[in-house]
Amino acid sequence: MSPSRALLALLVFPGLLYALPMGWLMLGLERKLRARFQGRRGPPLTQPFYDVVKLLAKTPVPRAAADARLLTALPLLAVGAMAGALALLPALAGGAGFTGDLILLVGLLELPPLCLILAGYASRSIFGEVGATREAVVSIACNAPFLAALLALATAGGTLRLQELAAATPWTVRAPALLAILLCLPVKLRLNPFSLSNAEQEILAGPLTELDGRWLALWELAHALEWVALTGLVAALGFPPSGASALLDGLRLGAVSLALVPPLTLLGAATGRLKLGQVTRWLWRWPTLAAVAAVVVAQLVRRP
Amino acid sequence: MLLRLVERARRRSAWLFHLNAGACNGCDIELVTCLSPRYDVEQLGIRLEGSPRHADVLCVTGPVTRATRPALELVHGQLPEPKVVVAIGSCPASGNVFAGSPMIEGPLDRIVPVDVYVPGCPPRPHAIIEGIARAIDLLATRRQAGGAR
Repeated sequence: MSPSRALLALLVFPGLLYALPMGWLMLGLERKLRARFQGRRGPPLTQPFYDVVKLLAKTPVPRAAADARLLTALPLLAVGAMAGALALLPALAGGAGFTGDLILLVGLLELPPLCLILAGYASRSIFGEVGATREAVVSIACNAPFLAALLALATAGGTLRLQELAAATPWTVRAPALLAILLCLPVKLRLNPFSLSNAEQEILAGPLTELDGRWLALWELAHALEWVALTGLVAALGFPPSGASALLDGLRLGAVSLALVPPLTLLGAATGRLKLGQVTRWLWRWPTLAAVAAVVVAQLVRRP
Repeated sequence: MLLRLVERARRRSAWLFHLNAGACNGCDIELVTCLSPRYDVEQLGIRLEGSPRHADVLCVTGPVTRATRPALELVHGQLPEPKVVVAIGSCPASGNVFAGSPMIEGPLDRIVPVDVYVPGCPPRPHAIIEGIARAIDLLATRRQAGGAR
């Protein structure tokens, strides 16, 4: 990937210029739909944007116990990692990406949860620590099927390059692997019934309880980008770019990503929160089953 | 232009923190009612937050008892600027039937600056929403630290 193309992917599409409005739209749609499902009118779609602007304009209360530099660096790292992950998505056909970018993508997708865990502990709050512990346990349990599914795709496609992998993997492997990733999606987005780490009304806001002003705004941004990156990954793997028209490929990525929001919201609105043991058990049963099936089929159909 | 955007954002995204300073639970029930489908204040961008650090509006119910005063002062200090304080019900405004009791440290404005009073025992959800809307007006135009007084 040439430097100019990489910069374009990072800043324009599928990077920040696309992902920021898309992330706010997704979060807005999620809140609106959840309200409609509960028989309310709900906030306007622009609500997440105004929330972030308001939070950025607040003056944080200085605290002695927590390290301000650490609390600033962690959300910045999370936002940066998510922007990088977005830039690696095989959104458009052509010469984008490089050999091994799947590994980089996995690393970048895993950074924000890790930062969240550290922020929870760094905030020196009991709610933050409980939330961070839960986040750690859930993300370990969730990553087993998630990584196994990606591994199956890479084995069957015979490559670690996302672009080729999205185009070449046979559907006998891709279907169970996508199913496993889809089942992991609400867990990674911390939606009900898997909203353990940010369990509102139970442990306040989990790792983010003690964060205010711009720190909270950056975390909201990271969460919005997380939505775009994870739904975008499913969209790019489920509907790989055809290469006929860049505009059409981009529109399709956006449309498929947006289409994932209503079912995820419905799941969140219709269910209550599970306990930690139930979540891990569920994760190690159903998504892992799908991922293992994908790995087995991938070994069978692998190119010599 | 940036200031106008911030003002607009503050008007559309007020997050509340609710503190019970010894209330009988009457006002608390009425406040939570505002979030129900019938009143649905979320359509104004209003959210009830669990952490005072996330909040813009501090809603206090109850006459401020001796036991709750330290918590009130702590929580008020944790709200980042700009912030507004809404006294919900007659208790934080005057002490109500508890006025004169040795266990009462209120009324609320003796301890923290109050911006809006919503009288009633308990006030109706409509009155609470109106009070919060007034508080949001104050919040949007507030330039620097400090209470209304």
